[in-house]
Amino acid sequence: MDTPVYSLTALFPTPDALMQAVAATVKAGYTRYDVHAPYPVHGMDRAMKLTTSPLGYFALVFGLLGAVGAVGLMTWVTLVDYPLVIGGKPFWSWPAFVPVAFEITVLLASVLTVVSMIVIFFKFPNNSHPLHDTPYMKRVSTDGFGICIEAADPLFDEQKVRGFFASLGGTDIAVVHYDLEDRRHGAKMFDLKFIALLATVALVVAASTYLMLNVVLYAPPYNWMMLQRKMGAQEASALFKNGIGMRPPVEGTIARGVMPYPYKGKPDDAGKFLVNPLPLTDATVATGRAKFLTFCSPCHGNFGSGDSRLNGQFPNPPTLHSDKVRTWPDGSIYHVMTEGQNVMPAYASQLTRDERWAIVHYIRVLQRAHNAKESDLQ
Amino acid sequence: MSTSTHIPAAPSKSLPPSLDRIGLGLLFAGVLLVIAAFVLQPVRASFDAVVLYLFMVGIGVGAIFLVALEHITGAVWSVPMRRVPEFLSGIAPFLVLLVLPLFLHLHDLFHWTHEEAVKADTVLAGKSAYLNVQFFSIRTAAFLAIWILFGFLFVRNSTKQDVTRDPSLTRSNVRLAAAFLPLFAITLTFTAFDWAMSLEAHWFSTIYGVYFFSGTILAALAATTLIVVLMHEKGYLPGLRRDHFYSLGALMFGFVNFWAYIAFSQFLLIWYANLPEETYWFMARWANGWQIMSVLLIVVQFAVPYIVLLPQEAKMDLRRLKIMAIWLLAARLVDLYWLVMPTHSPDLSLSWTEIGFPFVGIGLIMLLISWKSKRYNLVPIGDPKLQRGLDFHL
Repeated sequence: MDTPVYSLTALFPTPDALMQAVAATVKAGYTRYDVHAPYPVHGMDRAMKLTTSPLGYFALVFGLLGAVGAVGLMTWVTLVDYPLVIGGKPFWSWPAFVPVAFEITVLLASVLTVVSMIVIFFKFPNNSHPLHDTPYMKRVSTDGFGICIEAADPLFDEQKVRGFFASLGGTDIAVVHYDLEDRRHGAKMFDLKFIALLATVALVVAASTYLMLNVVLYAPPYNWMMLQRKMGAQEASALFKNGIGMRPPVEGTIARGVMPYPYKGKPDDAGKFLVNPLPLTDATVATGRAKFLTFCSPCHGNFGSGDSRLNGQFPNPPTLHSDKVRTWPDGSIYHVMTEGQNVMPAYASQLTRDERWAIVHYIRVLQRAHNAKESDLQ
Repeated sequence: MSTSTHIPAAPSKSLPPSLDRIGLGLLFAGVLLVIAAFVLQPVRASFDAVVLYLFMVGIGVGAIFLVALEHITGAVWSVPMRRVPEFLSGIAPFLVLLVLPLFLHLHDLFHWTHEEAVKADTVLAGKSAYLNVQFFSIRTAAFLAIWILFGFLFVRNSTKQDVTRDPSLTRSNVRLAAAFLPLFAITLTFTAFDWAMSLEAHWFSTIYGVYFFSGTILAALAATTLIVVLMHEKGYLPGLRRDHFYSLGALMFGFVNFWAYIAFSQFLLIWYANLPEETYWFMARWANGWQIMSVLLIVVQFAVPYIVLLPQEAKMDLRRLKIMAIWLLAARLVDLYWLVMPTHSPDLSLSWTEIGFPFVGIGLIMLLISWKSKRYNLVPIGDPKLQRGLDFHL
């Protein structure tokens, strides 16, 4: 064979013999060699005088990348993109991030370290090696312990290495040639056949995922949960005595955020017992003004004088500056807004409780402005 | 290429006399301070004594665990340094002396010992079948007996082997280890429940025993590492090399991570569930100055040792190992202080009473090592695994 020589290989019977042979190889000055054994031989890296692998630093960088990335992603999601209250906790609840950040750190550190090992040290996309399929490789991956000195070594001389191996007690000394077919071919990674295989795998995975999520999950028995008997809105029920499927709230309970109004149809009681709960501040008056201008001023006028902005399209309401309204307690004004009066409809559905009370404040401000006392001028 | 080291038949074993002097001095000063503390501030002193007791349980019983672990796993790397944890397991009998003063102060320590309080409290009444003085005392005594017995048996077999070279002693130690390890798990868990968790008798955490275990082994490893490195530097433990120290360092690093993992697991579940009957324990440690201690604990017991021990060289560098071992022992004290003291002082306050207790512990260990080294070889020369342990390669 006139193909170029890759290396010379030899086998040794035991890990100890291998260790001694490696020490001799190092002593003889060979640098381009490698050692193969079916399992890690303790102390081999020191016998080969290997320095610490730089892969650890890759793992460190990738791990930090994973930690920062995971915390960054969760911060962005919970604070910026989709703030959601979970279990009454603050949006940025770092303890909940720790397990995720930990997992992502480990995942990126391990996966990317393997990937960088394949890319940098195994020279991806090259996936062939002259030792592949040699009798030597078959032995060292079952029961043999071997050394392989490469032809690229500056001290390499086939006869000398052969003698060297023999002097160490090596057996099965063999020459390994480059596979010319492989070399001419270049990286097999870009072989049409290989690319087609990858494409097929991708297609099969995508198709089966699609089928799983869109067909299988809707076939029995996976759809049983979806098809179970359940009550829809407004449906009649044979189970309950009154035949109504929807259940009223338990007696004595109210929905969250709802404050019941106990003075329905009792304007006098409302005036007697209700007290404006809002503090009189610039902010409440500003809210009252904004809401008054939106909801009240079309009929009552911008300043509550009963001069409708709608120019008689509706019957003009009375002025809010009359003695009657001025001497009304806050609760009465609130009651009228809540329940309506005469032609005025109820505004409880348009205005929240606080907004109605803010308007009461604003009406008081308007009344004071129209009927200023002497003392206000000082 | 064998780099095996042969131990001389009778390795030098006379530790420097200064060990005795310093140990005695520390013990003497410590005992004086402790007595003063008990006279002037008996309640605070008894809480400090709980910290010391649990600290010494950590080193002493943790050392028995390390010995048992070597036997049960058939480890060879730790054989040349096994005498150090064996010596440390001699702490067990002295734990009796450390725990006795506490029984005079049970009323100051444990709310559940007040019978009228238990009667008025349904939670404590429900726990009273377990938390009562009789059963508590029986448990503590039984646990101490188990520790002392196994510590004695392991060391007796091992030292007998120095003379007889009988390999069957190793086999009986393996059997002992198999019996001891489940007992160790039970005794240590319930020691943590009894002496630390029941200080807040309303509170409960099922992971508490594991948390205590992680800190315990960390302390035992740190003490072992420190003594092994010091003895090696002075030439008393020849034949140890990078591979041995790397293993010790890697174990310490592993348990630093394990401790943080368990500590965080305990916190995360309680934080997530947010139940008032569980959260108040952490709230107490996040108020009135205890925040400082909580943050300090994370920094000293996790962040700093994690970063320092992370590089591969750090685990083989004797100087860094030595510093980290001392550091982790101090961190263990912070950890126990953080567990125990908030019950006594809801406001973080440091007192002079705390000073004497670590002195007693350190002095005791120094004297113990010195005394044991006079009686026994520093290396188990009769162990059949010794040569393999010396030839150990990573």
